[in-house]
Amino acid sequence: MQQGTDFPTSLRTHLIGVVSFQGDFQRHISMLHGLGVETREVRDPADLPGLHGVVLPGGESTTIGMLMERYGVTEALKARAAEGLPVFGTCAGLILLAHDILNSTQPRLGLLPVSVERNAYGRQVESFEASFSSPVFGETALEGVFIRAPRIRTWSSEVELLAILDEEPILVRSGAILGATFHPELTQDTRIHRYFLDMVQAVQAKKRS
Amino acid sequence: MADISWSERQKSTWRTKVGLAEMLKGGVIMDVVNAEQAVIAAEAGAQAVMALERVPADIRAQGGVARMSDPKLIQEIQEAVSIPVMAKCRIGHFVEAQILEALNVDFIDESEVLTPADDRYHVEKESFRVPFVCGCRDLGEALRRIGEGAAMIRTKGEAGTGDVVEAVRHLRELSGGIRRLQGLRREELMTAAKELGAPYELVLEVAATGKLPVPNFSAGGVATPADAALMMQLGAEAVFVGSGIFKSDNPARRARAVVDAVAHYKDPAKLAEISYDLGEPMVGISTAGLIGGDRLSVRGW
Repeated sequence: MQQGTDFPTSLRTHLIGVVSFQGDFQRHISMLHGLGVETREVRDPADLPGLHGVVLPGGESTTIGMLMERYGVTEALKARAAEGLPVFGTCAGLILLAHDILNSTQPRLGLLPVSVERNAYGRQVESFEASFSSPVFGETALEGVFIRAPRIRTWSSEVELLAILDEEPILVRSGAILGATFHPELTQDTRIHRYFLDMVQAVQAKKRS
Repeated sequence: MADISWSERQKSTWRTKVGLAEMLKGGVIMDVVNAEQAVIAAEAGAQAVMALERVPADIRAQGGVARMSDPKLIQEIQEAVSIPVMAKCRIGHFVEAQILEALNVDFIDESEVLTPADDRYHVEKESFRVPFVCGCRDLGEALRRIGEGAAMIRTKGEAGTGDVVEAVRHLRELSGGIRRLQGLRREELMTAAKELGAPYELVLEVAATGKLPVPNFSAGGVATPADAALMMQLGAEAVFVGSGIFKSDNPARRARAVVDAVAHYKDPAKLAEISYDLGEPMVGISTAGLIGGDRLSVRGW
């Protein structure tokens, strides 16, 4: 399914990599397939060439980060992101994207200028669902599924706050990097994934022009 | 109502409960008996730990009644690691479950590895805020537990043996059961539900979707990276490893190897590398020699 870089791309010919060491990567893959997008499971640096975007799933950020580092995916993905490859992380994925993780030295990509606190609402009994609206996604509210979720504690001025819950950012973007503290992949609502695919599309369009 | 599946009618906490089970897919949950082991497990890449007083191999060797762990032990483990901490209660012992919920464990395993507290009934799990995982040997048992509110199923295997044969048997039995349902006509499903001893609505849902409505993990007898990859290739979505890690020669190294094997379960070249020079696995006992009460997997109703 790999496309040459000078091959004209549209949404349907995008190839999105999903980091598949651990976590709910299959849910992201199903959602992307539902949107007509091809995917590739990423477990090795050799899986990265040809991708138009990468998704970091929910799961255990320490486990995923450790395996990404152990198998050379962290460095390779950082290099691709530096060239402008769009990356989208949910929950654990957001933690791996963050510059700073409170009280932790765990391996990370550090692509998003925010600091996050892990399990910041508490343990599993504090996991919850909440709906929220955002001008970016129109009038209909979105559903957030928050599972042992992190909270974004601070962010630099270049970070766009795309959605807010109880006065705290829960969906943020900086350049081609998108991060959510919750799990859109556990719902039927595809708007946030489509937003990411629009980011991918924009990067491709810019490359071609 | 016929168009709305059983899963879609569950209350809102159902999604966060099953959601945590989704987050635990593709990884390894390790049995640990103290904070030090929990740290070794977390550093090796375990995505969760199961806090218990004795690993199943010791429960088997020492005999006696096996119960819920001391809250002190559970709290020490919770303080030592940032990953989810699970703990076991006895089958039917809903007060042990209440205590584990009060301790804020992330998942409760109503487990046949402990001595059952009730020989007829399991815990009613739906009213708890904490999600439950339960063991099964076949589809009927899995659906009874889901009907009671379990948010994750694990095939039982035979814990504490280091012999993977029962884990394989139970997983094949479960997936064979699902495939058989898929081949039935609608009017045959009520009789299938009766024969399975399973809730009819769940039978309808599984026949339609071809999978359980909750994640399905594998447990009981995994001792090597190859065992873990075997269970994944047979369709398990993650692996529990009990005695296999800390009853081996080099727990830290073996723990890491099992984690790597689950991440790369489809890649034989990587599995060969991962399995290289790990030291002695747990000695183990063949399940073929176990009789009657020595089999933990027959517990569960």
